[in-house]
Amino acid sequence: MEAQFLQFFQSLLGAQWPLVEPIWPLVWAILQIVSILAPVVAAVAYLPYFERKVIAYMHVRIGPNRVGPAGLLQPIADALKLLFKEVIIPTKASKGLYILGPIMGLAPALVAWAVIPFDTGLVMADIDAGVLYLLAISSLGVYGIIISGWASNSKYAFLGAMRATAQMVSYEISMGMALIVVLMVSNSLNLSAIVAGQGRGMFADMGLGFLSWNWLPLLPMFMVFLISGVAETNRAPFDVVEGESEIVAGHMVEYSGMAFALFFLAEYANMILISAAVSIFFLGGWLSPVGFLPDGIWWLIAKISVILFLFLWFRASFPRYRYDQIMRLGWKVFLPLCFLWIVVIGTWMLTPLSIWK
Amino acid sequence: MEFKTFVFYVLAAMLLFSALRVITAKNPVHAVLFLVLAFFSAASLWMLLQAEFLAIVLIMVYVGAVMVLFLFVVMMLDIDVERLRHRFWSYLPLGAMVGLLIAVQMALVLSGKYFSAEALPGHSMPADYSNIKELARLLFTEYVYPFELASVILLVGLIAAVMLTLRGRKDSKYQKPAEQVAVKRNDRVRMVSMASVVDEPSVDSAATAPEKREGQ
Repeated sequence: MEAQFLQFFQSLLGAQWPLVEPIWPLVWAILQIVSILAPVVAAVAYLPYFERKVIAYMHVRIGPNRVGPAGLLQPIADALKLLFKEVIIPTKASKGLYILGPIMGLAPALVAWAVIPFDTGLVMADIDAGVLYLLAISSLGVYGIIISGWASNSKYAFLGAMRATAQMVSYEISMGMALIVVLMVSNSLNLSAIVAGQGRGMFADMGLGFLSWNWLPLLPMFMVFLISGVAETNRAPFDVVEGESEIVAGHMVEYSGMAFALFFLAEYANMILISAAVSIFFLGGWLSPVGFLPDGIWWLIAKISVILFLFLWFRASFPRYRYDQIMRLGWKVFLPLCFLWIVVIGTWMLTPLSIWK
Repeated sequence: MEFKTFVFYVLAAMLLFSALRVITAKNPVHAVLFLVLAFFSAASLWMLLQAEFLAIVLIMVYVGAVMVLFLFVVMMLDIDVERLRHRFWSYLPLGAMVGLLIAVQMALVLSGKYFSAEALPGHSMPADYSNIKELARLLFTEYVYPFELASVILLVGLIAAVMLTLRGRKDSKYQKPAEQVAVKRNDRVRMVSMASVVDEPSVDSAATAPEKREGQ
């Protein structure tokens, strides 16, 4: 694809091309970044609108419907309001860290998209350590919360940050363990290879591709990964981090204006990222569910949307978990289940019945 | 100057600066965050050496897990920095000696006859070379016993740490989530049969407490 763009730019610039040539790798990288992040940021902006609408309909309400047709301009109104609000820095706050906090929260959620494959060959960095990169970058997100919680110099913020840190560190482990099983059956750390591996098998040959995706043979791990993903993004029912009834808004209680908005953007960007990860690891990425329809990026988008809908559905349906129950679920239920399933799948792979040859 | 060299010097300067700030920062939390930056710079340097697996693992293990717990503990401790600096000068000779020893060791390794960087085999690998695969192949074939041994030792350390700090108290009251989850309706709710129609309260009792009714 790079060659086509190169040709296009050469013909477009004509005589000026030699000026651009030395910085072409930079231009190309920025083009790729923009073409990935612009849709992501647009989705992040409209996800809260979608969420409010979905939850409203589940509550038999209408939801936002005042700004623009069917309330479609509501995200823009919200963004403008937050942009023009003053960012207040508490007197006793650690100023540099206070500003760094929200940035550290949002940056990893965007950086991780570098290794997400959207279609065969349609990936910015097709690295062999893709899964590791994803895990490493997503583990950095916790710094945004812990730094902002501490730098605010407020007890509520600090308590929220402590809760968030403990929760995210715990669920990262079960997520990583669930991924180990995926790696075992895929025999690769490369995300494109993991998706390609799900397109092979008995059912895929019969034209029923969706039955040979990882979600079916690894069903418990699929559940573990999905639920851990909800916990990892601090969403309901695991949203004790910002539990309104207990600690107001947790680590973001002292933030206002755009700094506050960054936390929101980070939360929704992480939700989309986790949905993309679930789609790639367990739901066959861009693969078509049935043989007679072509594969393509629209399948990935559809799968991401379904998982995102699940996130919203959970929020509308379940009451908040108690903190000790969250910890129990992570450490005493998911982790042993993952260990058990590693042994089960490992044994299965060594028997003649193995379906991953 | 080649671009790569420029990047190396920027990263190396960042690493040195953050490492220096770790020991000079007044606030312990700032010191820990500078240590995080130091790890990150080191990982970037490894990335520059095309050791992407080690770099990512360094970020995942140290930056993503170890330092978060470190930060967690340091933030909760009430550290009196003045008291920590109190005997700085009396500890200085010992600290300087340890530092000197480390410098000598590194000089030996880097400039010695056998270990010098030039003596190492060159690593001009093909573009599709995957050092993860090579590492895995070595770990699970040639070094499989030391690898398994290391994991068992880590497991023993883990269990030992838990057992050392585990202190079962008989008198503490705690919730048992398993029992709570298993609770049935009949354990909590008692159905009582009551008449649906009750007599109207007499006029006297309603007249004596009018304020209370208004308050509702």
